[in-house]
Amino acid sequence: MLTIHHLHAGIEGKKILKGISLDIKPGEVHAIMGPNGSGKSTLAAVLAGRKEYEVSKGSVEFLGKDLLDMAPEERAGEGLFLGFQYPVEIPGLSTTNFIKTAVNEIRKYRGEEPLDAVSFLKLMKEKMALMNINQSLLSRSLNEGFSGGEKKRNEIFQMAMLQPKLAILDETDSGLDIDAIRIVANGVNKLRSKDNAVLLITHYQRLLEYIIPDFVHVLYDGRIVKSGGKELAFELEEKGYDFIKNEVNITEEA
Amino acid sequence: MISDIKYLTDQFEQLQAEKKDGRLNAVRQEAFRTFSKLGVPTSRHEEWKYTRVGSLFNKEYRFRANPEGQDLDFFHLPGHEQANELVFINGRYDASHSCVRSAALVVLPLEEAAKNEYSDILKRHFNHSANYLKDGIHALNTAFVEAGVFVHVKDRRIAEHPIYIYNIADTREEQVFAQPRSLIHVGDHAQVQIVEIFSTIGNLESFTNQVMEIIAEAGSNVEFYKIQNDASHNSQVSTTHIRQVGKSYTHTVTISLNGGIVRNNLNVILEADHSESHLYGLYYQKGHSHIDNHTIVENVRPDCFSNELYKGMLDENSTGVFNGKIFVRQAAQKTNAYQSNKNILLSENASVNTKPQLEIFADDVKCSHGCTVGRLDEEGLFYLQSRGIPEKIAKSMLLHGFTSDVLDKIKCQPIRAYVDQLISERLQFDNI
Repeated sequence: MLTIHHLHAGIEGKKILKGISLDIKPGEVHAIMGPNGSGKSTLAAVLAGRKEYEVSKGSVEFLGKDLLDMAPEERAGEGLFLGFQYPVEIPGLSTTNFIKTAVNEIRKYRGEEPLDAVSFLKLMKEKMALMNINQSLLSRSLNEGFSGGEKKRNEIFQMAMLQPKLAILDETDSGLDIDAIRIVANGVNKLRSKDNAVLLITHYQRLLEYIIPDFVHVLYDGRIVKSGGKELAFELEEKGYDFIKNEVNITEEA
Repeated sequence: MISDIKYLTDQFEQLQAEKKDGRLNAVRQEAFRTFSKLGVPTSRHEEWKYTRVGSLFNKEYRFRANPEGQDLDFFHLPGHEQANELVFINGRYDASHSCVRSAALVVLPLEEAAKNEYSDILKRHFNHSANYLKDGIHALNTAFVEAGVFVHVKDRRIAEHPIYIYNIADTREEQVFAQPRSLIHVGDHAQVQIVEIFSTIGNLESFTNQVMEIIAEAGSNVEFYKIQNDASHNSQVSTTHIRQVGKSYTHTVTISLNGGIVRNNLNVILEADHSESHLYGLYYQKGHSHIDNHTIVENVRPDCFSNELYKGMLDENSTGVFNGKIFVRQAAQKTNAYQSNKNILLSENASVNTKPQLEIFADDVKCSHGCTVGRLDEEGLFYLQSRGIPEKIAKSMLLHGFTSDVLDKIKCQPIRAYVDQLISERLQFDNI
């Protein structure tokens, strides 16, 4: 589904990603972990199409198409979703109006008719229940004055509404208490299927207790330095990132 | 040319000879003296530093033009079937095109009101704005005051229909210089909504120099909306001077969407304890248009509240000015006065000069001010795009969102819908 090949990228001349390769197949959940500054969020941003980042080398193929060649909205149209670490507050734009526009623009991209008001409402009600979101939140300006937990739930709610093929969740767990993590994880788990995939970016192992990954990758200094099954996350939690750093440094010295 | 003092003097003498309205004659005389002394402001005048009006005066206009237009077919605001409509054509109140529906209103020619039971109100309030606007342009309006209108909202009455005021320039045959003048007196515990709009019929240039004075008595509630969406060959200086002489509530929203050179003076004088005033503005300009909002909030008495929010979007080569003064006099303890001006520049060539100015002589007050000038929020844009919304639509949604808190302040529903539609259409079709 997603094939990242030897990706190099940076911002304002600073190299951040230094050769990342990753292959994600339908039905899989991958987790990318790593210490601060290792390039986790940069990877998410590059995949979603933030224009401040420059890709200097490598390629990314998404469902057989060149992802890096597409505008952010085209990537969404193809079925990519980025859950933001810091969802943006948009004053004066109601959440409902925003989601309706997004749903219908994506349908338009795929050559489908826009959802009529009744079907849209039905879909929204269903996903609201899933994410424990009430109507009053949706009539407010997008993310404006939302609590940290509300913002993150709103991200997963949007994901539920847009039904992406690949969801990249950038530190969706950061700043959440345990109840909020459960709700978010529950939302993600309900949306898992054999046809779609999830890329979780996280600093802590905690979220992975609720969303069990098939693969865990450790990102350090712009490279994936270790990959493994879900047990790698537990090992990291136990030993901290230092053991990875030491391993890497030893290898480099050798 | 209006900049030709000989021409103006002749015109002035002719007007004074025609009119025999005692009090107004004296006011005009005084104002003409002021105009002769001050002349047209140049950019050396502190209040006119960024708004150059000199060239507007170096043109041939039809001055003191009579309204011809019995055949005049003009745009009516939505909801006009349920509104009181007052029409000024080329600066002169035209009763034949006007329509007064509310029994709560008395509408009279200014000259007539100066002679009857309302003469006392005129004596106390007419041209009070001259105390705050010391420039030749304001004086010029007063020097040539004629065919103005006086509106009285009766005590303890609610004007159930809004008052729509049309300032129309008819330039089908000649360029026009128009100077509408009005005095609106809102009586004790009375309530009224006022909407004014400026429009030009014809393709020639017009210059409107308008002054409106509003007096809010005790317990009154006044909503005032100004809509400026005239063509780019139509310029205006538009003054609204509000005196809150009793404990009262006023609420103004100024929407400026198009025009040549547009200068607004909005003064709110809080002369009674516990008065409250809200001032909102939204400007969205493009082409070479210039929008200047000068506001004054004067706190004379204690315990007053004012809140001011002006927002602007400037595109292409347009320029903007915001100057917001707040005065808190020594007696005005416990004043709460807030002010904010936020701007988005949509092109490299657009610019804005924004200047808050607070002068506080009391020691127990809460005042704040702030201004921002920035570009469209890139973070927000990416967020919307990442959800599948194309860049152009995303931009227009963000900008519409930016305008919404000011639009929400328009409490007259047909007008709110009308302005929202104008902005939405612009956002949809402009190449932002």
